[in-house]
Amino acid sequence: MSMRDLDPPEELAGHDRGSRLLGNRGFLVSTVSTIVFFGVLTAIVVAAPGFQVVRESFFDVQAMKESFWGVPSEGLPGIGKAFLLNVKVFLVAEVLILILALVIAVIRQLPGPVFFPFRLVAIIFTDLFRGTPLLLVIYLFGFGLPALGIQGISTQSVIVYGTVALVLSYSAYVAEVYRAGIESVHASQAASARSLGLSRWQSLRYVVLPQAIRRVIPPLLNDFVSLQKDTALLAVLGVIEAARAAQIYASYRFNYSSFVVAAFLFILVTIPLARLTDWLIARDRKRRQAAAA
Amino acid sequence: MRRLLVGVALVGLVAVACAPEETETTEPATSGTPSETSSPVATTAADCMAEHEGDLFEAGVLTVGTDNPAFPPWIINNDPTNGRGFESAVAYEVADRLGFSEAEVTWVVVPFNKSYAPGPKEFDFDINNISVTEERDQAVDFSTSYYDLTQALMVLKGSPIEKATTLDELKDAVFGAQVGTTSLSFINTVIQPNNDAQVFDTTNDAKAALRNGQVDGLVLDLPTAYFEAYINTPNGALVGQFPNAGEYIGMLFEEGSPLRECVDLALEEMTADGTLEQLQTRWLADYLAVPVIE
Repeated sequence: MSMRDLDPPEELAGHDRGSRLLGNRGFLVSTVSTIVFFGVLTAIVVAAPGFQVVRESFFDVQAMKESFWGVPSEGLPGIGKAFLLNVKVFLVAEVLILILALVIAVIRQLPGPVFFPFRLVAIIFTDLFRGTPLLLVIYLFGFGLPALGIQGISTQSVIVYGTVALVLSYSAYVAEVYRAGIESVHASQAASARSLGLSRWQSLRYVVLPQAIRRVIPPLLNDFVSLQKDTALLAVLGVIEAARAAQIYASYRFNYSSFVVAAFLFILVTIPLARLTDWLIARDRKRRQAAAA
Repeated sequence: MRRLLVGVALVGLVAVACAPEETETTEPATSGTPSETSSPVATTAADCMAEHEGDLFEAGVLTVGTDNPAFPPWIINNDPTNGRGFESAVAYEVADRLGFSEAEVTWVVVPFNKSYAPGPKEFDFDINNISVTEERDQAVDFSTSYYDLTQALMVLKGSPIEKATTLDELKDAVFGAQVGTTSLSFINTVIQPNNDAQVFDTTNDAKAALRNGQVDGLVLDLPTAYFEAYINTPNGALVGQFPNAGEYIGMLFEEGSPLRECVDLALEEMTADGTLEQLQTRWLADYLAVPVIE
């Protein structure tokens, strides 16, 4: 509840009638300063002696178009189509991570000596997958599992192995985010819930987790922005996703503009995610303020 | 208003701080690139080199780039300085024709993806099994061919496509290629299989996928495929080579490098007196015996 004290008072955030003049001047100053700032920045880049060369090899519009659509006559894959794979992997992995990580976080909170082995497994899992480079995990699952030759497991597509590697690795991170959220809920909350007659499970489900999850939504989305980009690592398994398609184009044409296209597509997806985070935070703040009032 | 002025002054300061650095780093490079040669055309590689001595990356030595790791039969034991392996041998032969002793050749590591980065290059030429295409030629310069490349198909023994002799028999297979090579384009345009090809960072990753059965065959350039199938991979088998589609490999130069002309002259001399062919036979074996898949 101390958060509320730090929030700016409502009247300062909105348009204040008394200081409209000041507001207009502020707008003017910020506009001029923005124009000057970006103008000078652009001037420095454009005036650089190597600008022409950099523009040709990184920002060639023709190459960008070509790499986005691909060149079927030369067998070059398009980045646009390849990016759909990144999005698919991301969407599937995201849902699985949210579930698996929550399970791990809850297991780590289980009290009592009976659950010790479960807690141990949860701790080992988190330490192991958080400590191992994601690339190695992807290699291990993508090239290791098929080599084992187990019926049903070893015959999946590499995309499945790659997604599994992403899910395990990210679940370890996200489980820690959840845990931080759960621990941030004051012990009195669970105690009051218990005193009202709720079972341990019910107090977790209806009192602790709703508060915990709401608090960790921003860091969770932060992890998902990162996950979104890490889907590109699946390329090492042979899959042609956006970054790989861009690399292929670059190596065929000796032009890096395709990487800019791939980067733009990734940004295109992450910006809405970032704005969604902002919106969720703002909504949550308003609700809590309304509840307090 | 004062705050605005401070802000503008700050931006100006940044501009001033940045500008000299930008010009400083690139100035020597631009002044180091001379315009077209005005003197009469040199007739031998050595003459040409003597004329363009000032254009060397480092005075008095020939700086040659290749990737690390580099693979046989192009470079042997990942050591380009030993003169063994086709590309090492060709580089030393070219250096000799240009008038450099073995000690005057310096090797530098140039990752393939960096070889075509814009801006001045840190080598005189890069020799790294790079196929020459019109589009690539727009970003850099290439020498003439020092080897005409064909693509070949490698599988593991017992593969259903091991005995294939026609492209039609390959339609249902899954193929792998190494990223950056022209093999992917070859798979998609010539073989046109029903399944999407897979692309790997290295030949080793591609071989791991081959062993796991994730791909049925690898399309590689013939010398690499030959080496991988018969020497480097247990149970490897070479299905055959594909007809040459006009593909060749050349040395890579900075766009507009006057040294290209000298290296071309050296290659011309080497072709004329049969040295190039000797080197090809010595290091790249005799691939005429490899059956052709048509």
